[in-house]
Parts: sequence; C-alpha cells; structure tokens
Amino acid sequence: MTLRDLINKLLGRETASANTARERLQLVLAHDRVDMSSLTTDLLDKMRKEILDVVAKYVEIDFEEVAVSLETEDRMTALVANLPIKRTISGEIQFKKDVKNDKNDKDIKK
Amino acid sequence: MSENTRTILICSGKGGVGKTTLTANLGIALANSGATTAVLDADFGLRNLDLLLGLENRIIYTAQDVLDKNCRLEQALVRHKKEPNLALLPAGDPRMLDWMKPEDMKKISELLSEKFDFVLVDCPAGVEDGFKNALAACQEAIVVTNPELSAVRDADRVIGILNTSDIEPIQLVINRVRPNMMASQEMLSIEDVQEILSLPLLGIVLEDEQVIISTNRGEPLTLTDGRSPAKKCYLNVSQRLSGKDVAIIDPKNESNSLKDKFMRLMQTKVF
Repeated sequence: MTLRDLINKLLGRETASANTARERLQLVLAHDRVDMSSLTTDLLDKMRKEILDVVAKYVEIDFEEVAVSLETEDRMTALVANLPIKRTISGEIQFKKDVKNDKNDKDIKK
Repeated sequence: MSENTRTILICSGKGGVGKTTLTANLGIALANSGATTAVLDADFGLRNLDLLLGLENRIIYTAQDVLDKNCRLEQALVRHKKEPNLALLPAGDPRMLDWMKPEDMKKISELLSEKFDFVLVDCPAGVEDGFKNALAACQEAIVVTNPELSAVRDADRVIGILNTSDIEPIQLVINRVRPNMMASQEMLSIEDVQEILSLPLLGIVLEDEQVIISTNRGEPLTLTDGRSPAKKCYLNVSQRLSGKDVAIIDPKNESNSLKDKFMRLMQTKVF
C-alpha cells in the first residue's frame, strides 16, 4: 500500500485507477491464458490413455492413483503425469514409487 | 538469404496503438544511422505506412508484382528522397485481399534480406491470417502496446502466439506513455505492463502531439530537425535496437513539475 492509498483510505476516497486496472487485467489474463478449451477435455483424455498404454508396456502402473494434468505457470504450460509404479513387467515387486514426468510443451496456449 | 539481415516484426494485436508510426520512425532512424533499411507494409488491406512516410504518391508496384514477375524488386522499392538508405515496399494492393500466403511473405523477406541490413515488417492488427503471414517472414519481433487494459490484453494474445513460433528475441515497446498520469497512478506503470507481459523492454515512447503533426505532413519525427519528446524516444529505441548500450528513457525524469514530484512521493510504499 502506498502513501496515497493510505490517505485515500483514511478519507474514504476511491483508490487510484491504475491499481484497479492492474487487478482487472491480471484477472482477465489469468482467464485468457488458461483458455485451452481444445486440450482440457477430450484430447487430454485421449493423450492420457495413450501415455498409459506406452508406460504399461514396461511397468505395471497403479491405475487408481494415476494423475495427468496441465499446469500453467509464467507463460509455460507443463504436462504433469504422476504414474505410481506397482512392479516391473519382469515380475519383480518394487516399492511403490512416483515417476514424475514433466514435459514442457512449449506453450500450447492460443 | 543474408545472415546479417535482421527481419523484425512490429505487431500489437490491437489496432491504433502505434505500430505504423513506430515502423516509420524506426525505419528513418535506423537508415539515418547508416544501416540500409526496408520497411515492408504487410497490412495491405488497410495500408498506411506510405502515408506516414509521405510516399503515397510514389507507389507503382507492390511485392505482389515482384512475385508475379511483373517487375523487378528494385522497381517496386520506393526509395525515400530525404533518407536514401530507406526504402518502402508495400506487400500488396488493397483490392486483392486474399492472395497472400505465409510462403509468399517469406519469399519477399528473403529477397529483401539480400539488399538490406534491417527489414521492418509493419504487421496488420488482429491475430488472424494477416498477422500469421507477416509472422512467417520474420526472425525477431517488437510488440507495441499502450499502458491501457485492452492494448495489454491483446498484446498478451499476440505474445502467446509468438511464443509458439521460433521468433527470438521478442521485445516490448510501450507507446503513448503519459508521465504525469503515471505519477498520479491513474495509468498502468511501465513496471506493471512489463511485469504482466514478461517481455524484455526495448523502450518507451512518450505521448506527444508532434506525432499527429508529423503524420499530417508525412514526415516522421525522426526525419525532422526539431526536438520533441516522442522523437527522443524513437531515437532511443532505434539505438537500443541496433545494440547500443543506452538506458531506456524513464518517464519519471520526463515529468518534473512540483506536482508530479509530490505525486511520486505519494507512491512511497508505507506497508
């Protein structure tokens, strides 16, 4: 809070419009940037299935715990897949461990 | 294709933020510093770069004629009389709206890069075909925006698209800056805009009535002798673009009335 904001608050006046502009802009951009409507639903499901198919060729996955999602931060959108492994295909039982698979899809945003 | 040519897209998303004015002034400034410079008007539906440069009566051929082999490139280039290092090439004619494809623009920019150090591509507003055609021709980009909501929002869309291409670097120019409105916090600050768009800042251009006057005359400010706030900024942007290590003009130093000083004092963070 700046000196001006403080005085405005004490006097019960409106704050400077630049603050309002910044806040409105940040909100609308947060919305614009995650508008990946083409990817969020059907395509993401399809992609999840295909990724699982490939991984399942090599290791046995705990399908209950699988989580595949898109995360957006600072203009970069990442595909984050959390695929807990039960055991390897050769039958050897492993400790349940997390495989974190970060693929930096270079900005799928519009 | 010459490796040293820098082909730079000048885009904004929103119309009317100052792309064409920046292109004209940068073109003159770069040419004046000794670099051979071509300005390509990719906005052939609503072309205006010729007007700003005062070359509207001298256009005979367009890039389209060059590609169709109706003329040689040299014939289509309109050399500026007062600044012989600068040439204008209109991409096409307003009457033919949909012949152009990204490959065509690429070909034109390759032809130009054989002859020029800088090629500035004045991009049409919007994020549709016209923008994508212009994009295909360029290696670098300058995103122009104003410190206001709609311009910043549209710039963000454009940056989103540029980030999916292999354009690099992408730099920001904030146009129509009013130092006293920024001082009284009634306008988004340079820091706000830069932080929101997260692009390196190439420069700012101050709001200046002289821009309108120079447009009326068809003489970009950088071509005129006088001193004006916007001219100083255009020259600064041009120097920074050509790699000179000069500081960005700070709006805080451009408004030194007692009132503005007081307003800035009021911006002191208290908690």
